Amino acid sequence: MDLVQWFVAPLQHEFMLKAILVSALVGLVCSALSCYMTLKGWALMGDAVSHAVMPGVVISYVLNIPLAVGAFVFGVGSVMAIGFIKSKTRVKEDTVIGLVFTGFFALGLVLVSKVKSSIDLTHILFGNVLGISDADIIQTVIISIVTLVTLAILRKDLILFCFDSTHARSIGLNITFLYYVLLSLLSLTAVAGLQTVGIILVVAMLVTPGATAYLLSDRFDHMILIAMASGVFSSVMGTYISYHIDGSTGGCIVVLQTLLFVLAMIFAPKHGLLVRTNKFQTVSESVTNEKS
Amino acid sequence: MINAIGIDIENVTVAYNGRVALHSASLQLKSGTVCGLVGMNGAGKSTLFKAIMGFVKPVSGQILINGLPIRRVQKNNLVAYVPQSEEVDWNFPVSVYDVVMMGRYGYMNLLRMPRPLDKQAVRESLERVEMWEMRDHQIGELSGGQKKRTFFARALAQQGTILLLDEPFAGVDIKTEKMMINLLMELSQAGHTILISTHDLASITTFCDQVILINRSILAYGATSEVFTEENLSRTFGGSVGDFSSAENKINEGSH
Repeated sequence: MDLVQWFVAPLQHEFMLKAILVSALVGLVCSALSCYMTLKGWALMGDAVSHAVMPGVVISYVLNIPLAVGAFVFGVGSVMAIGFIKSKTRVKEDTVIGLVFTGFFALGLVLVSKVKSSIDLTHILFGNVLGISDADIIQTVIISIVTLVTLAILRKDLILFCFDSTHARSIGLNITFLYYVLLSLLSLTAVAGLQTVGIILVVAMLVTPGATAYLLSDRFDHMILIAMASGVFSSVMGTYISYHIDGSTGGCIVVLQTLLFVLAMIFAPKHGLLVRTNKFQTVSESVTNEKS
Repeated sequence: MINAIGIDIENVTVAYNGRVALHSASLQLKSGTVCGLVGMNGAGKSTLFKAIMGFVKPVSGQILINGLPIRRVQKNNLVAYVPQSEEVDWNFPVSVYDVVMMGRYGYMNLLRMPRPLDKQAVRESLERVEMWEMRDHQIGELSGGQKKRTFFARALAQQGTILLLDEPFAGVDIKTEKMMINLLMELSQAGHTILISTHDLASITTFCDQVILINRSILAYGATSEVFTEENLSRTFGGSVGDFSSAENKINEGSH
């Protein structure tokens, strides 16, 4: 099979066309947000929220309302619970996060096992982009538009919030508002990502592209473009590869993202391991030269 | 303008979780004053700054800036605050120019699109601290003094009439300190009110016309020549001080 066929053949199936478009869109949106997550140090928070949305997803299925609604309530609710427990007890934050998200996730598992519905647990856990329904596609598109428009409007305020929230406050910005905006976007994109790669791997979509781009750029504008490019590339190629090898789509996407990160880690022009080693060698060489 | 009150603090008490950090502080700073804030670590200097900025709500008392409450002051871009810089993420992907432009957000529309006016203010601020040539550098590539100058330039770009500086000289080179002191004196002559905390007691007499001595409450406050006495300083640092250098030793001990 030649290369053109490799790309064109899967598109003859409608489900593959949909899957590739949806995962590209999800890759784009999650990657854009991932820049803020990595810079704000919210990777653990992303992990927590993506797991904590589980009961909300199940309840939404049962009540037949959009998944995003239930996920939003439980995503934001879990973070408020974390904040509440942290402020009222002496338990440290990372412990509280671990405790709350597993608690929510476990509640979701119990609900899935006890409510009679057509929910397939493996679809929630590992994603099901190849079998995505039209209703879910519409929902993903809406979430994507809301997220991208919000990021476009509040881009600079959110950068300032991540970089220096004290300054944001001192010029009169409402940082509580910005905090909840970022948190809401996290909950929403967790749902979008959940349908593509599943709850367990969604945190990768929300962290890895940002981390890769962070190694490749010292400018936020470049970073977000690189993140989105790597996110879309991994999503599309991952979906193709999963079709050809008949393997897990979510797994393929995240493995590709991780490979891109490893490549960036080694070869990044300024912050890569090779450059750092070279710098070290240049320094030691020049020291040796001075001595001789 | 010259006789107007820049910062008016009336009977302000601040407490964290029931522990009083600043007790019943009152003072009035006239516009155009440069006022030094002196005290040991934990004496309430940063608390006083945070109370002025409205980051902590006083248990009692009130603070007015140019006769206005802090929210109005912030909305009108009247105040610039430069906190201690340990908490900055120096790997953050922003350039010197980006950071100083952040000082202009208060003047811009919702999308924070810089207008020619904003770009000009950023350029002038960077030129005043001799950082214009460094504008495209990522902030982590700067030396300690250059980092301080960048954040000082951001405060300049805010073009407020009140400037609050928390330990601006900590860890900077002599060139940077001299440059900043000259700029502070220029600003005060132009009518700006400046409150500056510092451990550098020797330099205070050279550029502060007023001094506040603080140790959980205001111990003494007034013209530098009257307040900056050995007796007052020893009260501030809780022991006898022979000269300023041993006072500095006391402070350094306090920081451990």
